Amino acid sequence: MEPVVMSPPAAALLDVAAGALLLTAVLVVWRRDLPTILRIFTAHGLALGALVGVLAWAQRSVELGLVTIGVLAVRGGLLPWLLRRALAGAGPARREVRPVVNVTASLLAVAALVLLAFSVSVPLVELGESPATRAVPVAVAVVLIGLLVLVTRRHTISQLVGFLLVDNGITAAGFLTTSGIGLVVEVGVALDVLLAVLVLQVLAGRIRDTFGDVDLGELRELRDR
Amino acid sequence: MSALGVAGGVLQAVVIVGGAPLLLGLMRQVRARLEGRAGPGVGQPWRDLRKLVRKQSISPRGTTEVFRVAPVLLVAMTLVVAVVAPLVTTASAVPPVADLFVVVALLAHATVVIALAGLDSGTAFGGMGASREVTVLALVEPTALVAIFALSVPTGSTSLPTIVGTALDDPQRLISPASLLAAVALAAVIVAETGRLPVDNPSTHLELTMIHEAMVLEYAGPDLALVELGSAMRLSVYLGLFTSLFVPWGIATTATPLALALGVVALVVKVGVVGAGLAALEVFLAKLRLFRVPELLAGSFLLALLAVTTAYVLG
Repeated sequence: MEPVVMSPPAAALLDVAAGALLLTAVLVVWRRDLPTILRIFTAHGLALGALVGVLAWAQRSVELGLVTIGVLAVRGGLLPWLLRRALAGAGPARREVRPVVNVTASLLAVAALVLLAFSVSVPLVELGESPATRAVPVAVAVVLIGLLVLVTRRHTISQLVGFLLVDNGITAAGFLTTSGIGLVVEVGVALDVLLAVLVLQVLAGRIRDTFGDVDLGELRELRDR
Repeated sequence: MSALGVAGGVLQAVVIVGGAPLLLGLMRQVRARLEGRAGPGVGQPWRDLRKLVRKQSISPRGTTEVFRVAPVLLVAMTLVVAVVAPLVTTASAVPPVADLFVVVALLAHATVVIALAGLDSGTAFGGMGASREVTVLALVEPTALVAIFALSVPTGSTSLPTIVGTALDDPQRLISPASLLAAVALAAVIVAETGRLPVDNPSTHLELTMIHEAMVLEYAGPDLALVELGSAMRLSVYLGLFTSLFVPWGIATTATPLALALGVVALVVKVGVVGAGLAALEVFLAKLRLFRVPELLAGSFLLALLAVTTAYVLG
């Protein structure tokens, strides 16, 4: 891992983008109504795009610039749009009515997870001290927060958001630790995620057709009829 | 004790005491206009205070000295903070008192005194209001400490004048993630501590929802005037601290008359703008259910904690 030399303004902008990434992830846990969660998730995608954009600017890399446009289009535009469509098709429930863990407890869990992420990624940061690697703990924290959303929410759309948070966190960690993953890999990952979301959207539609609801708490056992 | 600190202390006391009711009036006026009402005018809180002071002083039967000294203590403690905190100048009249922990403790103490007075009146509402206020206070206090602590990490000092002074020297620090997260957390603290929407509705007297009003229901005349003045001063001091910590530009660093005048104008304008913004925002908010308030405060505590940890990690 070669440390990237960054000018102070670029480092400051990178810190702000990382802060926005973390803040939007926390807000997803905090809020209950799904349209707001989707708006916050859009902001999360845009913050990730900004993070990659700052890296592209700092390294003067045209390839990363192209990846930035791709990240902004897919994670700030296409995926939120797909989720909004899925929500419109998911019936009248517009709120995460009863999460498995209540919101106050999950906020405190987020605090613990963030501290955990920051402490376990100390060795990662020490590998190559630079403004980019110092933001790696934030990416790890976003992955953990995404996992928490994935396991504690019942509504299909919230779970999709949790899955995509995990993916955004992994992408951010990838861009921060390496100096560019490469266009082909990033395009491949983006297509994979897109496919997963499309499949899950269809699955959510099937669940609603069967149960009249997209509450995954109803899925108590596997059954072959 | 420097000349700048003394001049700032005197000016701050005058501006806060004189301006706090006007700030309250401004916020009510903004709200009235946005709701399509004419509004009573910016000077109405001062007229209310004048009316109350002229009335006879009465206290309910069975109350003790606690009930009678509470309004004086509320105003006195808030006034101490108004004198020592860096609002108009970066220096402090009494530097040891301008410490983060002392200032937060003084502001919390004023709340506790009023809660005790609410209990002392012995009425159902007084006790209920005191219980609610202390619940909110217990949740808000750690957030306030941790949020300002996040700002003191890069400075290496818990003295408020030092924090404001270094932020003035290095403005880039103000847009760091730690500072932004701390700003959001502290805004939630201010809303909860000064009894604004969505935690408490300042313009209602509905028994089931009120927090602050329930504690002071038994006050009348000059005592009520002191309580109202103290509450208005708390709001101004909190907003003044907020603007000094996050938008420190314009604050006086030298003891020349021009710099001091500029500091006063900057403070009045900044607090006025933030207050008007807060009032405008309140028009769009509904009061939160009491049992949802801990959720809001847990969220703001989380943000404050994140601010401290990111201050260490991102530097």
